[in-house]
Amino acid sequence: MTTGKHKQQWRLETRRLDAHSLEVSFAGRWRLDQDLPSIEVLKADLSDQLTRLVFTADLSSWDTGFLAFLSALLKLCAARGIRVEQEGLPQGVQHLLAMARAVPEQKIAGRERDGQAVFSRVGAAVVAFFQDVPEMLRFLGEIILSLQRLVAGRAQFRGSDLWLEIEEVGPRALVIVSLISFLVGLILAYLGADQLRLVGAQIFIADLVSIGMVREVGALMTGIIIAGRTGSAFAAQLGTMQVNEEIDAFKTLGISPVDFLVLPRVLALMLVVPLLTLYASFVGMLAGLLVSTTIFDIGLFEYYHQTIAALELKHFMVGLAKGSVYGAMVAYAGCLRGIQCGRSAEAVGEAATSAVVTGILLITISASILTIIFYQLGI
Amino acid sequence: MESAAHIEIRNLTMTYGDFVVQHDLNFSVNRGDIFVIMGGNGCGKSTLMRSLIGLQRPAAGTVLYGGEDFWNAAPEDHERLKRKLGIMFQGGAMWSSLTLAENVALPLSEYTTLAPEQIDEIVSFKLALVGLAGFEDFYPSELSGGMKKRAGLARAMALDPDILIIDEPSSGLDPLTARRLDKLILELRDSFGTTIVLITHDLASILSIGNNSVFLDAEAHTMIATGNPKDAVQLGVAKVRQFLTREEA
Repeated sequence: MTTGKHKQQWRLETRRLDAHSLEVSFAGRWRLDQDLPSIEVLKADLSDQLTRLVFTADLSSWDTGFLAFLSALLKLCAARGIRVEQEGLPQGVQHLLAMARAVPEQKIAGRERDGQAVFSRVGAAVVAFFQDVPEMLRFLGEIILSLQRLVAGRAQFRGSDLWLEIEEVGPRALVIVSLISFLVGLILAYLGADQLRLVGAQIFIADLVSIGMVREVGALMTGIIIAGRTGSAFAAQLGTMQVNEEIDAFKTLGISPVDFLVLPRVLALMLVVPLLTLYASFVGMLAGLLVSTTIFDIGLFEYYHQTIAALELKHFMVGLAKGSVYGAMVAYAGCLRGIQCGRSAEAVGEAATSAVVTGILLITISASILTIIFYQLGI
Repeated sequence: MESAAHIEIRNLTMTYGDFVVQHDLNFSVNRGDIFVIMGGNGCGKSTLMRSLIGLQRPAAGTVLYGGEDFWNAAPEDHERLKRKLGIMFQGGAMWSSLTLAENVALPLSEYTTLAPEQIDEIVSFKLALVGLAGFEDFYPSELSGGMKKRAGLARAMALDPDILIIDEPSSGLDPLTARRLDKLILELRDSFGTTIVLITHDLASILSIGNNSVFLDAEAHTMIATGNPKDAVQLGVAKVRQFLTREEA
């Protein structure tokens, strides 16, 4: 006889009826809070010659704990071909056990999730990356086709969506863009002053800050801010729509989700990011001016004239072009990851993360390419 | 203090801002009842459920569980009362980052001191009860809507709750599975004495397993009938009769 620690708890007794039959008697309280046994306690009794198990029960109370014990025991008996007579169990227990067995267990092959070797995992990641590239190109193609439809006036596109997106990505980003570009302008000025002081050319801080901000840093900082702020939002919005089958609903209606959802976002960022870039450049130059005049004793007008002389229209054009490209990259990455999103809450999170990573990666790659192109063209 | 009614709804009024969804609800659910909350679309059934399970504080009135005031209880009592409830949400609300087994095991590992092997046995059994044996390692995103829903019931039953609150058990299920679920609900009540609250407008379920009910009206913004749904047909309340017999107004 096996029992729990205290007298009033569960009791389990086994009795040989004959060479092939065993009687199992349950008594007492078989409840989860009673420190119930596992079926291991019966393993010894279930010898190979056993073909029949007879249950009897005299229980004061029972709950899922009892059912789980029996359920595991029945599974074991089924595996060993032992016949079970359950008539001695309470009615409710018999009913619930029957219900649990009403739908046979699904045996699904290929569900081994763990135990993959490191090499095969690395291999799978590499393969996944290269499978991603054609997918990215296909999506790019879809956007270009959609732009073509827009130009032809055939895109299913709502102007109000564009304005909504413009408001969301533009004016609402001004505060964070101001703060970051001010601080970056300040850093540039300090960095330049430190070096230029060595050759007594502090006045060239103005050139460094203005050309640096307008040509490169303004666009780069804006691009990165927008990737974090807007790219992730795009991915999360479209990803959630994917989860809710909203994108499927567009498709079944014959409305291109790219026209309806992606195009306004891409256009909004292509229009707004250059403007934000311009704004960021001015804020950065203002920071440079403040640092130069207050810390490094350069006159206000001196700095102003030096800046005007250094800046040419082409610098602005370069900055605006970069801003537009970065905006397109961020929108592309955000929408791509959103549309590719899986159908769970976790997938939406992954899509948002991936949108930011892809966005910043694309910004960096296009920044390098554009810099080389502009250098070669002498702009 | 143990009162006869297992759940008692007293003067409950629920609002969204200035909009009164339902006001002055007064009814009680007895231990072992299969109690149906019914009413047309948008009448506030789900809002009532949110007040019952502690997600939305009612504008006025309260809910008593076994005589204990749920909404005016000290925080620790409020939490203790909440743990007596098992809730199945309409869509299942399975946590998407966990497998089915992990979903069902989470309440057990959080609130009991059972050994992991024992939890595994219980989880397998609960999943088998809802007809999902063998799906332990699946993620919710790999399941159909009806399967998610049944998995949600398995999770709601994990702790053998005193009270099971089930939102729309049969919507989205095929008739056979829906009837199987009804049978399971009956069996849970008979074996464990669980009090069941169903929020549904599935007539077959209402009439076959419900033994007590309340009818919420969307226009009057309050309850217009209570009692056994089988008798409600004879109650003479036109709207309820129309609802239960699909008779046209």
